[in-house]
Amino acid sequence: MNKSVRIQKNKYYDSVTLMLVSKELKKLDGVNEVLVGMATDLNKELVGNLGLSNNEIEELNANDFFITVEWEREENLEELLLKVEELLNKKDEASDDYSPATLSSALKYMDDANLVIISVPGKYAYQEAKKALNKNLHVMLFSDNVKVEEEKELKEIARDKGLLMMGPDCGTAIINQVPLAFGNVVNKGHIGIVAASGTGAQEVSVIIDKLGGGISQAIGTGGRDLSKEIGGIMMLQGIKALTEDEETKVLLLVSKPPSPEIAEKVLQAAKDGGKPFVVSFIGGSPEVVEKYGGVYGASLEDAAIKAVELTGLKAKSMDSNMNLEELLKDQLKLLKPEQKYLRGLYTGGTLCDEAMKLLSKDIGGIYSNIPLKPQLKLENLNISKEHTCIDLGDDDFTVGRPHPMIDPSTRQERLLKEAEDPEVAVFLMDFVLGYGSNPDPAGEMVPFIKRSKEVMMEKGVEALYIASVCGTEKDPQNLREQEAKLKEAGVIILPSNAKAVAFSAEILKYQAKR
Amino acid sequence: MNKINPLFKKELKVVNVGLKSFATDLKQQDIQVIHVDWRPPAGGNERMAKLLNKLK
Repeated sequence: MNKSVRIQKNKYYDSVTLMLVSKELKKLDGVNEVLVGMATDLNKELVGNLGLSNNEIEELNANDFFITVEWEREENLEELLLKVEELLNKKDEASDDYSPATLSSALKYMDDANLVIISVPGKYAYQEAKKALNKNLHVMLFSDNVKVEEEKELKEIARDKGLLMMGPDCGTAIINQVPLAFGNVVNKGHIGIVAASGTGAQEVSVIIDKLGGGISQAIGTGGRDLSKEIGGIMMLQGIKALTEDEETKVLLLVSKPPSPEIAEKVLQAAKDGGKPFVVSFIGGSPEVVEKYGGVYGASLEDAAIKAVELTGLKAKSMDSNMNLEELLKDQLKLLKPEQKYLRGLYTGGTLCDEAMKLLSKDIGGIYSNIPLKPQLKLENLNISKEHTCIDLGDDDFTVGRPHPMIDPSTRQERLLKEAEDPEVAVFLMDFVLGYGSNPDPAGEMVPFIKRSKEVMMEKGVEALYIASVCGTEKDPQNLREQEAKLKEAGVIILPSNAKAVAFSAEILKYQAKR
Repeated sequence: MNKINPLFKKELKVVNVGLKSFATDLKQQDIQVIHVDWRPPAGGNERMAKLLNKLK
């Protein structure tokens, strides 16, 4: 087999752009394996593992760009290089404006900038965030792999200066109705969200929109904010700001179950603020929330409904035109008695977590890469067993490739693999729309859904495909168009993750008794 | 001094450091954004980057 290597020194592109270019190049005729990337240690290791490295690549540094290809038959490097150029230029066309090399020079160009979004590799993120805070700019830090002590220092600086320090690992925020990074286009309204979970914030803001409500601000904190080490610094700042914000009538707090002492601190602050507040500590207990006068949301959907009602609006029904009982009866007829199991294939970590928490009550233990109990951790993450729910956005599956909300190939492959198991009754999936996400997540999955049905048919069984689409009609992908594509492929669409889970639970409970 | 509530009353003006697509998305929504052509300091040489930081 032939190999080709091309190098461009001192040419920098961001990782997501390059990973998407690699994905496109793999589709070219005659290409067996290809990697386009910056010569970081991680990428050098990856090409080494693929057997595509050479001395030239080994000697490059993180500012050098390389392409390495393994050809199935004869090589066609010129065509491939043209394609690379075309793809990189396509990525560039939307912003051919002046791009300065540093934050300081950017500020000379835009001296009234007020917020910095940082998504550089984790080890550089602290320096960049600190520079921004020192220039009195609010920060949204998307990068992960930032040390806890660095996070604490950044948040303390922000608190002392009265600034937002959203993150690290903050995927979603909506400030002044502008979705930042992974955010949906939702109605303006009176619910102020502070969320330690990106997809949690997306799910509640989208459901609020579907119910006819709206949001004032959605402040992200990053997943570690409510840990004992960080002490909820950003959530406390967020609560204070929304308490003082005239547009915000109701606060909605979203997080995985926090450290108990931090939970009490946060709830006390919400109580002291004096505005009604709803809390979704996914899977947490209602008692502690109610002790502080808060309203408990049993699921993200439940929290959204209660928040909308507290603003004085009557929540619209999201599924009034569906006869779920009839649908359930029809669907159950398709299953054979030996089809007993769930395979949840999630791109949103919090949605996966919520699914497992809501489902475990009804169907028992669920194996996972992010299990609710250590004994339910999958021994081999690539092999599901019995009931399994996978978070494909977890680090386990994203080394060297973009998040599945951007690049769905890990889920496409996994679905085909799961279809080999004739004991599967339900495939449960999330589709997350909004800025940041893939431009057509439903369209990317549909051919694989169809192919997986054929695989199951060959084994003489049919499984059910159940999904929720986290998005609105105002999102660039358009909720209705995405839902229509999935329905056309025979997927049952429910209006929230909680509802998709509840529908799946009914099926799995019935199948367990057969 | 609280600068968060004053931000809620201002037009958002963003500097984007890192993934270019975030800047592209904001531009599509007619939000003022400037993208920084960021690259690892000192060519990704960490020892050199630390030294440079000390000099600044």
